[in-house]
Amino acid sequence: MHAARLDATFAALADPTRRAILARLASGEASVTELAEPFAMSQPAISKHLKVLERAGLIASAQDAQRRPRRLEAKPLAEATQWLENYRRFWEGNFERLDSLLDALKAEHGRKPLKPKQRKRV
Amino acid sequence: MRNALQISTPSDREIAMTRSFDAPRTLVFEAWTKPELLKRWLGVHNGWSLAICEIDLNVGGRYRYVWRGLDGIEMGMGGVYREIVVPERIVGTERFDQAWYPGEGVGTVTLVETGGRTTLTQTLLYESREARDAVLRSPMEKGVALAYDKLDEILASLATA
Repeated sequence: MHAARLDATFAALADPTRRAILARLASGEASVTELAEPFAMSQPAISKHLKVLERAGLIASAQDAQRRPRRLEAKPLAEATQWLENYRRFWEGNFERLDSLLDALKAEHGRKPLKPKQRKRV
Repeated sequence: MRNALQISTPSDREIAMTRSFDAPRTLVFEAWTKPELLKRWLGVHNGWSLAICEIDLNVGGRYRYVWRGLDGIEMGMGGVYREIVVPERIVGTERFDQAWYPGEGVGTVTLVETGGRTTLTQTLLYESREARDAVLRSPMEKGVALAYDKLDEILASLATA
């Protein structure tokens, strides 16, 4: 796993315009002009966002030299979600162990009455 | 899995987790705040144990966790409690010894009980998006990286010997 590339991926994903661009490219490649259409933004501003996405490896330019349509690159996105997946698995494991512990505690408390609820507000 | 875990990122600096448990919240609160119980579930997998777990459950009180992995690798973290409402809410800061993210996180745990079941929500707020993203790379993943660092050290010392 390449930490620097992940940083670039997360940084690229942090911006709503760039996420919208990725969402648009998920439905097929598009030129800069086409990508700029839905945004109240100049073409140079959009190009700046595209550069960030390109550096993060999230998009690439297709062969057509005239239009240079951009397309989505799936791999870095998959890697970014993989990190989230590891985090999820870590906590799922924790909570499954907590389930078993709570079952054991419930069984214990079943044999003796529960302590009255304490309340402490600070 | 009996109850699904939901993880979301409500803002650039936050991670939120929600999970239900088939137990009253007094028990969930105990499992979350008593060292002898935490040692039975928090981060204890793949050879990791929660070797040190100290909790001073008072506002301004400190807590400290140290996990020990195979080969004696250690990972520690701790913080200060900011708010405690037994058995429904805990707010505390968190910082890892290895400082693998900048600054401090603030964790808020809330427990809501309905019909003997408890819904736990944990929100972690970090100082920056970079810090939040570093955390998403999972503490135990970092533990594995540390293990490799240690291996690198050993290999390097063998090479120069």
